[in-house]
Amino acid sequence: MSTNPFHVPPPPSEETVKSPPSNRKSAWTRVNEVRRYLVNHMVTFLAVLSTVLVIVPLVAILIYLIYMGASSLNLAFFTKIPAPVGETGGGMANAMVGSGIVLALASSMGIPVGIAAGVYLAEFGRGKLLAGAVRFTADVLNGVPSIVMGIAIYSLVVLQQHHFSAFAGGVALAIMMVPTIARTTEEMLATVPHSIREAALGLGVPKWRAVISVTLKTASPGIITGCMLAFARVAGETAPLLFTAFGNQFWSFKLTEPIAALPLQIYVYAVSPYDEWHRLAWAGSLVLIVMIMVAVTLVRIYASRGVLKGAS
Amino acid sequence: MAIEQDPNSSGSAAPLMTPAVTSFVGASEAVAPVGGPSPIRKFLNSRGSGDVADKVFIGVMLVCALSIFGIVLFILTILILRSRLTLHQFGFSFFLHSAWDPVSGDFGALPFIVGTLETSLLALAMAVPLSMGVAIFLSELCPEKLRAPISFVTELLAAIPSVVYGLWAVFVLVPLMRDHLGDILYKYLGWTHLFEGYNFGVGLLTASIILAIMILPIISSITRDIMLAVPTSQREAVLALGATRWEMIRTGVLRNARIGIVGAIILGLGRALGETMAVTMVIGNHPEIAKSLFAPGYTLASVIANEFSEATGDLYLSALIEIGLALFIVTVIVNAIARALVWAVTRGAPARGH
Repeated sequence: MSTNPFHVPPPPSEETVKSPPSNRKSAWTRVNEVRRYLVNHMVTFLAVLSTVLVIVPLVAILIYLIYMGASSLNLAFFTKIPAPVGETGGGMANAMVGSGIVLALASSMGIPVGIAAGVYLAEFGRGKLLAGAVRFTADVLNGVPSIVMGIAIYSLVVLQQHHFSAFAGGVALAIMMVPTIARTTEEMLATVPHSIREAALGLGVPKWRAVISVTLKTASPGIITGCMLAFARVAGETAPLLFTAFGNQFWSFKLTEPIAALPLQIYVYAVSPYDEWHRLAWAGSLVLIVMIMVAVTLVRIYASRGVLKGAS
Repeated sequence: MAIEQDPNSSGSAAPLMTPAVTSFVGASEAVAPVGGPSPIRKFLNSRGSGDVADKVFIGVMLVCALSIFGIVLFILTILILRSRLTLHQFGFSFFLHSAWDPVSGDFGALPFIVGTLETSLLALAMAVPLSMGVAIFLSELCPEKLRAPISFVTELLAAIPSVVYGLWAVFVLVPLMRDHLGDILYKYLGWTHLFEGYNFGVGLLTASIILAIMILPIISSITRDIMLAVPTSQREAVLALGATRWEMIRTGVLRNARIGIVGAIILGLGRALGETMAVTMVIGNHPEIAKSLFAPGYTLASVIANEFSEATGDLYLSALIEIGLALFIVTVIVNAIARALVWAVTRGAPARGH
């Protein structure tokens, strides 16, 4: 209108501003508004619906597993070894002990290495390219199928020893624990306030001592639960044990011999045609699920409490 | 606590414990005798202070961190070494060849590749829309009280072992598929010709469903974390412009988080590709490329699980290890892409969204 670039247009008249907007809306605007309103509610509905659709069956699966497990669990399950086909009774005592041995072996190798790797990432590797690469590799390794670990360890250990062994199973599980524990340790150490480290270093404590007795100690509840979670995860792993620990119907305590493991036994029994074995498979699943539930619950408690009550 | 007005203190700003602090920070000429290190320094050295101990410690930590690289390299080398027999004999055509005949020594991985892709993609198609809904609900709509229990259940379900899902599938999903679901699908979706042939209950579709159930919690919890990593100011800004809640989610949250969401989906794909036990238990284990989703199939992981321990002959074993190698390389690539995408979004955000 005006050629003057600095021309300030006169303030709009009172009516244009104050008039209620509904009077001025075109039909198109109104249609648009209704559409937006409807879409909004439809999406909200869909989101709620999909949550219900997901959560309800999943919880139903969980309850079903617990129910089936609880109704087939008995004392014999914990005290007896598998009965021969056709005989009732029997349990998975040897499989539980076997799982315990393999897992103890895996933990003794995987946990120290995992925690140390996590300490490096959190304490010494901040902002370094190398640490970034390690972190990335750990995450990628986490996604590698467990069966691949199984055949790799088979090729390395079993083919050398010429027989399946508990040791091979332990190594396969240890390899799976390392990346998980490294990453949780790193995350938990990252929550330790810097002031605590500085206080330790300021008192003249050497760095290694500060890390071990101050930083790690402060984060220890979180790290321990992280290890428990990794432990629970590998405790349920079947695929890497198929060709390493192999399974055993009898007691075995030697690290150089095939050994029974709970998930392996569940697998063998689940695909078997005998009802009695199916029952044992359900009971075994319940034991695994309870273990995992405890671990996940603890992790959640520590994660939601922010781990470090006394520290910050 | 510094007592600066004290005329007797030797240092300029000496705190209460003058000798200890000054000698540690290096003002040794002020306190320490000329002949050697101060008693404090000696004390600290005797307790393991000093460069050597620190260097050894850092070195050990570094070695452990590098062992993660070592593991990846080790897996790669050993798989290549052990599969060199088939690598030489069949070359790349191993992956394009659909024969699987251990008796005559003719091996091709195509049926397994097709089976893996079919089940994984079908599982994604089922799981992705649902998990998007769950993630949107959990991060944007959920009342505060419900959030913790639902997240807890998803985490729990993500941690349940594959073999337990397999057990459930064998005894619940397979009969359900055989007796009810199969007929319904044939009746309403029969025109697609995907649901034909005899329905045993076990097969590609059942495997896809159990895979979808297994990857749902993973995709939805990662997507939720990613959406929570979008700053609240983004949401507020869009809402302030008069957007409805959905428009806020779409433009403010999903658009910002889309890269990470793609990453989460690919992560789910990685999981589905390598899933072994549950799939082995319900897919039917038949090395043929089928047209129908009811037909039994085979995946890369399940052929290893099923045939590895009974593989007789070096060539057979080598073929199975080569399948493992292919699985390893594919999942590493898929996971690397996914992680890079997820990191691009969540970097700088807190590790766990609360």
